Amino acid sequence: MNGGNGNRTAGADQDAAAVPRADVLPAGGATPEGEPRCVLRATGLVKRYGNVVAIRASDFDLRAGEVLAVVGDNGAGKSSLIKALSGALVPDAGVIELDGRPVAFRSPHEAREAGIETVYQTLAMAPQMDIAANLYLGRPLRRAGTLGLLRMLDHRRMREEAARQLDALGIATVQDIGQVVGSLSGGQRQAVAVARAAMFGSRVIIMDEPTAALGVRESRQVLELIARIRDRGVPVVLISHDMPQVFEIADRIHIHRLGRRTAVVEPARCSMTEVVGLMTGALRVTEDGTITEQALSAPHRKEGTA
Amino acid sequence: MSALDVRADLAAPTRGRRPSLLTWTARSTTAGPLAALVLAVVVFSLTTDTFLTLDNGSLVVEQVLVTGTLAMGQTLVILTAGIDLANAMIMVLGTLVMARLAGGGGLPGLLALLVGAALCAALGAVSGTLVTRLKLPPFIVTLGLLSVLTAVSQLYADGESFAVTSSTLTALGHRSYLFGRIEVTTGMAVLAVMVAGLWFALTQTAWGRNVRAVGDDAEATRLTGVNTRRTVLSVYVIAGLVYAVGAWQALGRIPNADPNAFQTGNLDSITAVVIGGTSLFGGRGGVPGTILGTLVVTVLANGLTQAGIDSLYQQVATGVLVIAAVAVDRLVRGRAV
Repeated sequence: MNGGNGNRTAGADQDAAAVPRADVLPAGGATPEGEPRCVLRATGLVKRYGNVVAIRASDFDLRAGEVLAVVGDNGAGKSSLIKALSGALVPDAGVIELDGRPVAFRSPHEAREAGIETVYQTLAMAPQMDIAANLYLGRPLRRAGTLGLLRMLDHRRMREEAARQLDALGIATVQDIGQVVGSLSGGQRQAVAVARAAMFGSRVIIMDEPTAALGVRESRQVLELIARIRDRGVPVVLISHDMPQVFEIADRIHIHRLGRRTAVVEPARCSMTEVVGLMTGALRVTEDGTITEQALSAPHRKEGTA
Repeated sequence: MSALDVRADLAAPTRGRRPSLLTWTARSTTAGPLAALVLAVVVFSLTTDTFLTLDNGSLVVEQVLVTGTLAMGQTLVILTAGIDLANAMIMVLGTLVMARLAGGGGLPGLLALLVGAALCAALGAVSGTLVTRLKLPPFIVTLGLLSVLTAVSQLYADGESFAVTSSTLTALGHRSYLFGRIEVTTGMAVLAVMVAGLWFALTQTAWGRNVRAVGDDAEATRLTGVNTRRTVLSVYVIAGLVYAVGAWQALGRIPNADPNAFQTGNLDSITAVVIGGTSLFGGRGGVPGTILGTLVVTVLANGLTQAGIDSLYQQVATGVLVIAAVAVDRLVRGRAV
């Protein structure tokens, strides 16, 4: 557990100054006045698989211009929550709102149409196709006019646009847009996947463990990329196990435990130990927003029996 | 460590441009079979007097027509990381149905051709549906279909073969002479048009890109919003139509529909596809390579015959080429992934 609060990027610090921060927000509790607009909100989401409850009436909210980290133990149901938000699974109950309007995604395609892009842990890349082709996989650019009627692709425009986008994101290690993705390093591949999300994700970008497979230097580049996307105005949901990283980049931390949101905290106002405590259930957030030890005899205990 | 440092060592000028000839050669799957074809042609031209003649050239191309057409359909299927063991038998059943309908059935040739084509497409749809809906391995699906269709062909033909008299059904065998000297058949033009059409569809349209992407990584392609089931199903149906063209080509070459013909057509087409540089693992390759691959196999057989070498050695040479081609593909893929 190295790194920590002192390591925050400049962009995050500016945000910290601009955004009024409550000390610690209780899960689903009142939020302070003057907070930024909520881009993506979910209320009372439920997903059951037979007897197994993957999402247990969970809430979620993502604000404009922030990086929201989602943390939780293995099996806490982070993936199910994220899948519900990205259209990969359809919740049994609950409401999802995008910019205040209720939405019901039946497929990842529908979520993508609405401007929600997901960078999957597997990256979803075709390794033998080049970078430009991967960036436009599933939504190619066609030629204008008669050649468009033949459904002819516009290879040149895709290559140029891809190169422009990679430049705009500062992904400069990629030398040739015609390189096949399989020949790229892990970090470069991740960068291309992030770039694809950034190109098309107009509302929200969700990233599932984007640095899990990367080395220190490559992780750093991806984190810079996330900060750059946030600074361009698109909020990012970051699922991560890496606490120092979460504390470095996130504006708020959504803590998921036993299928629901147990707390939302701000990394500036609490410690990694406290977040881990909340993840594991050793600590809890009281109504007035302070973190205390979990009283084993208290009514909260029922939350711990899965 | 920062993006700025990284920016310093990039070679920006190459970005967004077309790849150079050198990088094309390194990345291309057609460079290998092209080199093999040129080598074979040069060797046989130097070692025999009869190889490099206009007539022999026409003969080689004519010998390519049926296997080349089967291999076109096979290429589509293999690009999706599938394989089609039933292709030649679908084609043979197509020739039988066309010949019987136009002969004893008394249908006009064109109608018989269309019914045969519809049958081939429907059989492709059967394979495609089993592969996409029941998620069965294409090898097993088409092996089963091959077995069923072999029996169906024999039952339908009832031990006979059918001579074809309809001029529509034999149209592709029509000969003419370019510049009064070069013998060509209508079938050659049809093959050329088909290769061009499939090349266009595979490289210049979103459909072709999706076909390759599915073969490369089906799950990744699905996550990017491509309807992978529909893509794969369309590949099997279009391959079925291509086999129907193969049936038409076959009747043009030999105006007789025989249930025992093209027994090894499926394996010959796979051989041509693999030598043509298309990866059996899916996603890499295309129709120009397959035509080169078919030409390599045919030139090898033709040239070795002209050189007076036993046809068994032709099989040895083809076998070695197949294994070499897959080994090269393995190495290339191993490096890329």
